[in-house]
Amino acid sequence: MNDGEVAVNLRINSESRQVTADVRSTLLDLLRERLHLTGTKKGCDHGLCGACTVSVDGERVLSCLTLAASIDGADVLTIEGISSGNDLHPLQEAFIEFDGFQCGYCTPGQISSAHAMLAEHQRGDLSMVTFDGGRDDVITGCARLSNQEIRERMAGNICRCGAYANIVEAIASAAEAVTENGSA
Amino acid sequence: MKTFAFRHATSVDDAISAAAAGAKYLAGGTNLIDLMKGGVEQPSALVDLRRLDLTAITATDSGGVFIEAGVTNSALANHRLIRTQYPLVSQAILSGATTQLRNMATTGGNLLQRTRCPYFMQSVFTECNKRNPGSGCAARDGFHREHAIFGASNHCVAIHPSDMAVALSVVDAVVHVQNSGGRRSIPIAEFFALPGDTPEIDNTLQPHDLILGIELPPSSFSEHCWYLKVRDRHSYAFALVSVAVGLHIECGKITAAALAMGGVAATPWRLHEAEASLIGKEPTAAAFHTAAQLAMAGAQPLAQNAFKVDLGRHSVVKALEQATNFS
Repeated sequence: MNDGEVAVNLRINSESRQVTADVRSTLLDLLRERLHLTGTKKGCDHGLCGACTVSVDGERVLSCLTLAASIDGADVLTIEGISSGNDLHPLQEAFIEFDGFQCGYCTPGQISSAHAMLAEHQRGDLSMVTFDGGRDDVITGCARLSNQEIRERMAGNICRCGAYANIVEAIASAAEAVTENGSA
Repeated sequence: MKTFAFRHATSVDDAISAAAAGAKYLAGGTNLIDLMKGGVEQPSALVDLRRLDLTAITATDSGGVFIEAGVTNSALANHRLIRTQYPLVSQAILSGATTQLRNMATTGGNLLQRTRCPYFMQSVFTECNKRNPGSGCAARDGFHREHAIFGASNHCVAIHPSDMAVALSVVDAVVHVQNSGGRRSIPIAEFFALPGDTPEIDNTLQPHDLILGIELPPSSFSEHCWYLKVRDRHSYAFALVSVAVGLHIECGKITAAALAMGGVAATPWRLHEAEASLIGKEPTAAAFHTAAQLAMAGAQPLAQNAFKVDLGRHSVVKALEQATNFS
């Protein structure tokens, strides 16, 4: 290992990977440039657009602001790991059914983000919008994922084509499917 | 980005030793890594705090809460003790950034985030006294619609971007820090620094101080509180102005009040005169308008941000109404 390099061990989509990388590498660049997992997209590279969203240890984060060396040892879930083989996740099915994209560049980030968001909602996490429902909702979490809740919880994923209406519909539909099946 | 030495700290003392030897602390990284990409920050070494596992939130003997510095913003906003006893803190945190960022950003790091003044953030601008002391302030004669209306100086008109800190100001949080000389605590009211002649200094931390956690004393504001954030778009934007309100109302009269504004100064801006005017009053529109007038009385807007004075006054009234009616 040369000066300025670090060894990074990660479990990515349930597979152990070891990479020697430049210490400056973000998780995003490691995924795309070193591991050729190019489903995760680089949009702004400054944490503003959400195109690079992946989950680290089960929580959605921005891979462009995550130093790979910092999360050595972590579990990472990328868009490539969301389907079960050729069986698409209900969210992926819903994005197709409701046409939740135009150019598609933000889509892996949208779906990765929504995937984690549904789990957050199911465990009772709050959003800013939840406060409009009053104190009981703040204490217990809002049972129903309204379109306003979806929009607020997905605010970190920008769609430059403006396909938001269909994205929200797709997520609302998948949320119902996931709730019926009892798990995300 | 310039390269740097990197290692994970193995203990609090180890982290402080590394900082004393020149390393910069890395927590969530949402601000620091971005500033490093732009060359605003160029540390020669980073010491990563992630493995210190400072992620506990515990009830204190006095009836308050202690939040360790590495607790993520998401974990803090969603914690049962915070939702029940300090809903204002939850609401303020959830008003800022996005879930992805809040899942990364830590409680300690939130306090230490730098201003989003574009002349500070982009090193292509040569004038910024905060980034390069003595170079001038490009914002004073440039774009300053989003800048300070309280407590600014000729050297800097930047604002502090944190929503969480505004709520912490209202609940009189205490910041616990440690350096090689030992451990001490800093009331939130003494934590942030106005620019004065030294705008490069954001706070009163001493060299190598590591934030261990934040203590919230028992709060009487859990029943009546609100965080109102006003911005150019509905979500995911910094505040033009924000108002954090905590009220305690007994037998129809206000017996305790704390108000602070965000987006208006380099620190959370407590509104002590407005608070005093509310004590003993019924929570009526008249009382709220009086408080709001007092709140904005000392404002010194720049050419492009005089709108913040009116916006602030209306926002104080609205936040007081919301806090009164939160149920």
